[in-house]
Amino acid sequence: MTQKGRNALLLTPAGLWLLVMLVLPLLVVFVFSFGERGAAGGYVPAFTLEQYANLPARWTAFKNTLILAPLGTIAALVIAYPLAYFLAVRCAPRWRTSLLILVIVPFWTSILIRSYAWIFILGGRGLPALLETVGLDDVRLINTPFAVLVGIVYGYLPLMVFPIFVSLDKLDKRLLEASADLGSTPWRTFLQVTLPLSIPGVATGCMLVFILLMGEFLIPSILGGGKVFFVGNALVDLFLQSRNWAYGSAVAMTLVAVMLVTVSVYMKFISRLGGQRDDISLM
Amino acid sequence: MGLEDRAATRHIAELRAVTKTFGNVVAAKDLNLTIGEGEFLSFLGPSGCGKTTALRMLAGFEKPTEGEVLLDGQVVNDLDAHHRPVNMVFQQYALFPHLSVFDNIAYGLRQRRPRIDRSTISTKVEQALETVRLGDFGPRRIWEMSGGQQQRVALARAIVNEPKLLLLDEPMAALDRKLRKEMQFELQNLQRQLGITFVLVTHDQEEALSMSDRICVMEGGRIVQVGSPRDLYDAPRSRYVAGFVGTSNFFDATVADTAGNSVTLTLKGGPTLQGTSDTLFSPGQEVCVSIRPEQIALTRAAPATGSAFPVAIRNRIFLGEHTEYLAHSDALGDILVLVPRQAELNEGTFNAGEQAFVSWNDTAQLVLEK
Ligand SMILES: Nc1ncnc2c1ncn2[C@@H]1O[C@H](COP(=O)(O)OP(=O)(O)O)[C@@H](O)[C@H]1O
Ligand SMILES: [Mg+2]
Repeated sequence: MTQKGRNALLLTPAGLWLLVMLVLPLLVVFVFSFGERGAAGGYVPAFTLEQYANLPARWTAFKNTLILAPLGTIAALVIAYPLAYFLAVRCAPRWRTSLLILVIVPFWTSILIRSYAWIFILGGRGLPALLETVGLDDVRLINTPFAVLVGIVYGYLPLMVFPIFVSLDKLDKRLLEASADLGSTPWRTFLQVTLPLSIPGVATGCMLVFILLMGEFLIPSILGGGKVFFVGNALVDLFLQSRNWAYGSAVAMTLVAVMLVTVSVYMKFISRLGGQRDDISLM
Repeated sequence: MGLEDRAATRHIAELRAVTKTFGNVVAAKDLNLTIGEGEFLSFLGPSGCGKTTALRMLAGFEKPTEGEVLLDGQVVNDLDAHHRPVNMVFQQYALFPHLSVFDNIAYGLRQRRPRIDRSTISTKVEQALETVRLGDFGPRRIWEMSGGQQQRVALARAIVNEPKLLLLDEPMAALDRKLRKEMQFELQNLQRQLGITFVLVTHDQEEALSMSDRICVMEGGRIVQVGSPRDLYDAPRSRYVAGFVGTSNFFDATVADTAGNSVTLTLKGGPTLQGTSDTLFSPGQEVCVSIRPEQIALTRAAPATGSAFPVAIRNRIFLGEHTEYLAHSDALGDILVLVPRQAELNEGTFNAGEQAFVSWNDTAQLVLEK
């Protein structure tokens, strides 16, 4: 078999999978988005832009997603970076593995169950009750954007910690000594050596978390109590409750388009930041 | 500048009874050493003998467990690395991969407070690039540079700061033989040209012998002898030093008698030897006699005077300027002899299996403690 033939063979399973599970459904959704809702729900073939014209009705879902997904990503980064730094640079090697396992432990239970736990923590008899004892009355946390933010940061934190940990762990510790040797204080060494060299991990972590957050629906529906909903929740509603497949398809296509735009802008930005560096790649 | 002159000059650095332990590993034990201004000093010893540890204590990366490290007359045990007027060329160079060659070299200057202005930095960096003969390489990326070029960048990154002390940790270990030879000359020239004190760590005796003013030989965390390359070669104080600095033949012997600094020895095989030593030995003491291969004469007939031993030639290795013979004597065991080209013209070459005599002057015998 030729080299070309062998390469084709290597790519066939993934290619078929992508075709059947991604390209075809996407095509269906694309076609549906120009159709109409049947009398009893579902889809009736047509060619109209009416569904797209209706998009503003779902503006809140887009707004929530476009605010909370980047905010959640940034919050996760702010919490994950120091943790990853501690684990990779400061932590004694004999503790490192156990602590890393602790970071993954939450994955051993379903996100559904863990999010329900947050209902109790943020609910009336949880944190607010505690705050009442110090004189802060009537603090409502559950079913607020804050609750959703807490939930998504909690849920996606490990996905941010790991790529950053890996890039910091790979970092040659002698570079830090070299920097000190050349007269740089520890803080400046962090800014000039550690941080730039961990950018690949930061970029990967942010990308991963951001993309997943854009499609998130479980956490907002549990902790947002129907008040704080994402595009994902709108889709669940449109496809399963109101059975308006055509409109749902238009919303879905718009989400895909928004993601494509934000992600490519982000990639441009990261590769600009990386300049001609060879060590920056996104995944 | 001779050694005597140097002894009178200022001490740029000093180790006073310095010991360093890691857990229960004693990496350096009771180090005492002064380093003179403008000197080229090497730490020489096998891997794991504590050379890097000694260097890292001078740089400020390790704190002595006991004793004091002095720079310019000041105890600096508690001074962090980034405050010391010392720069280091790291073993694997440790260049910043995200910075260009220029920015790597400018790194140290940019850390100075008050700040140095851009044009001064630029001039100094260009100058350093010229010094290490990398004139046009400033904009290059680190990974685009070969091993030898990276080594020069590391050197430039350190010397551009005009440190009082330049520390080099096995700077040539990663270079191939030919390049290493070239760099040895360059380093030596650079040191003279800049007048910076160099402290080099190496396990390569040739490197230490060829470049240093003084060599500090280490064994198992201790300094065993400090001296000029010639001192160490001609007057090693122990078998270890004699074996590490150059090659030598060693024969086990027992002290039969002493008178002044002359010693009579009985070799394991029975014959006696006359030798001299500055060290005092007592009769009955087990010692070791060292004779350098180039100080042994190989002849077809026994010489008229002095002691000679009959040998059988085992191997001959042609080395160009010299021919190396491995001979075997019933009394002494295996003997390595280095015959210069000139002597070979008189005696002709010896073939394996031939019978011959080895002989040497009494002064060639060094009696060493075991
Ligand atoms: N950070 C460290 N932790 C534990 N042991 C160390 C450390 N650094 C060096 N050692 C030990 O100290 C000894 C001397 O090491 P080193 O100074 O690196 O030797 P050399 O440079 O001569 O090869 C070795 O036994 C080494 O294992
Ligand atoms: Mg070493």
